[in-house]
Amino acid sequence: MADISIRKVAKSYGKTSVVEALDLDIHSGEFIVVLGPSGCGKSTLLRMIAGLEEISAGDIAIDGTIVNRLEPRERGCAMVFQNYALYPHMSVADNMGYALKVAGVAKAERLARIGRVAETLGLTALLDRRPAQLSGGQRQRVAMGRAMIREPKVFLFDEPLSNLDAKLRVQMRIEIRKLHNRLSATSIFVTHDQVEAMTLADRIVVMNAGKVEQIGTPLEIWHRPASRFVAGFVGMPPMNLLEATVETDTRVRLADGTPIDTPPLALRPGTPVVIGIRAEDVRVGAAVNDPGLVLAVDFVEQLGAAALVHGRFGGHDFVVTAPAALAEGAPEGLALGIDPPALHLFDAATGRRLATVNDAAALARPAVLAPTA
Amino acid sequence: MIERTPILNAVTHTVLFLGFLVAVLPFVVVAVAASHDLFHVNLVPMPLLPGGHFWENMTEAWTRADLGHKLLNSLIFAGGVAAGKVFVSAITAYAIVFFRFPGRQAIFWAIFVTLMLPLEVRIVPTYAVAANVLGPYQTILDVTGLTDLIAWISGIRLDLQFGLLNSYTGLILPLVATATGTFLYRQFFLTIPDELVEAAKMDGAGPIRFFVDILWPLSRNNVAALATIMFLWAWNQYLWPLLVTTDPTHATAVTELKQLIPNVGGVPEWNIAMAGTLIVMLPTLLVVVVMQRWFVRGLISTEK
Repeated sequence: MADISIRKVAKSYGKTSVVEALDLDIHSGEFIVVLGPSGCGKSTLLRMIAGLEEISAGDIAIDGTIVNRLEPRERGCAMVFQNYALYPHMSVADNMGYALKVAGVAKAERLARIGRVAETLGLTALLDRRPAQLSGGQRQRVAMGRAMIREPKVFLFDEPLSNLDAKLRVQMRIEIRKLHNRLSATSIFVTHDQVEAMTLADRIVVMNAGKVEQIGTPLEIWHRPASRFVAGFVGMPPMNLLEATVETDTRVRLADGTPIDTPPLALRPGTPVVIGIRAEDVRVGAAVNDPGLVLAVDFVEQLGAAALVHGRFGGHDFVVTAPAALAEGAPEGLALGIDPPALHLFDAATGRRLATVNDAAALARPAVLAPTA
Repeated sequence: MIERTPILNAVTHTVLFLGFLVAVLPFVVVAVAASHDLFHVNLVPMPLLPGGHFWENMTEAWTRADLGHKLLNSLIFAGGVAAGKVFVSAITAYAIVFFRFPGRQAIFWAIFVTLMLPLEVRIVPTYAVAANVLGPYQTILDVTGLTDLIAWISGIRLDLQFGLLNSYTGLILPLVATATGTFLYRQFFLTIPDELVEAAKMDGAGPIRFFVDILWPLSRNNVAALATIMFLWAWNQYLWPLLVTTDPTHATAVTELKQLIPNVGGVPEWNIAMAGTLIVMLPTLLVVVVMQRWFVRGLISTEK
């Protein structure tokens, strides 16, 4: 258990900047997920905390101690790697016990601790096997065991689930969260998978191009994306983002002239903005109160419980979630209803979120509006 | 192969068998010659069926060339060279692959270039160094005038002497550096995933622990392959032991074979010479037979 404080940390290779002056405070026992597309610097950030990568500027402190110059082993971190990085010539028991062996822990105690960790992870029957004789999920467990056995202050996970098949990934995700609840060590988990981020995190750090876009709880990220990037990155399907121009205090006009009602804005008419709306926040169907909004349907992705209807609206590609029955029979057009509270507004130039009066109430609002079909 | 081609199979087997005959024939001739007495071995043509003097020829060769002692020398020499090469090239490649320091690439290429300088090419300077290891330093002192300076100050004239001739060290040490081995290890070390190195770092293993606990066990196939090749190579060395060991107590079995070869005008005891050859060949054959499995694995290195 340890606080981690990251102050103006930067990393550059020659002139290429990978992470730019990054600030982050992680509380003791917190589960932080660093989310971002590949190449955004999230793994570099993790490796800088681990001590596997030197930092170009700034300070990293674990438990109040600046660790910039410390070797990985002196930082009290344990890491789970994407490819597990098990020692191929050692048995499962030796793999898990290696850190203890290096630390000079007596053999009897070592075996006892290996036994305890193996029991927690359900590996007791596999202790004599070599990594090559294990399945992907079992290897993943061994990698976790190897990290757990040292009872580290900080757990670092570098996309540990991305090599597993979909079913195992869900299972391991749940196990990792359970484990965290039990051990309550500070955890930092790097992933590009937003579902992992949403389900695991106490707080999510969304990164893009070496910078932090937003830090917040999963619901904050979901309901109040701080930037156009976050809005487009978090959510499946991604949030619909449409270019528009401010017309009045409560109305914007899309590129093709469609008017959209918005929550009250304090912007000069003529200001370009980007409006965003999640596929599931759009009301779809026949009984809509604004007959002017129509989605020209291109194709339908049937998911069973609901359907994703792709089409064109306001001069942009647009996706809505429709009840499965409504999407059946490939309709040519769907009537749309967009409620002002469901809208997100972003500055067209900077991509930052524009505050509206709804933001305060946003967290209280249900995530999915019931379609009125 | 999934294809079933009986004719092609027959042809390949025939070619293979012919190749085997060609390879094995000299051995057969040696073995047969070693089993005849002086009269039969000098018949033209030599009889191709074995005679009955095999054991007595072997004993004669063994005692005449003092092969017991010489084989032990050879074993120490070849074993020392092989072990030295395996170790030195492993740590050289370790430094080149896993550590970042200025001139890393330059050093690697400098080592690589020495592939083009086999022992025979550099044998004179190597001999000079073996004759007096401190010779180069003496030269530096002489050329810079330091020798004179020291003589002037202290009255002692420096004459650095440290010869390695007629010693196991002299036999082994100059042959221990190897570009081939370094290259073999480098290629293998490059296949070690970075994550494995990082995992070891996270586990708290320093560079030496990582080498001993992780890298060395993982490269055991390469060790076996390299040790086999280098043992055979060293065992068969002729020129270097001949130069360095003027005193027969340190001579190797291969060089001592010349004791058994009949002089011009001497008794043509080819049967004894062949018996000696057979004895000297035997250890290498054993090494190949025993190490073959590891040897092949180490060179293909696709084990997962």
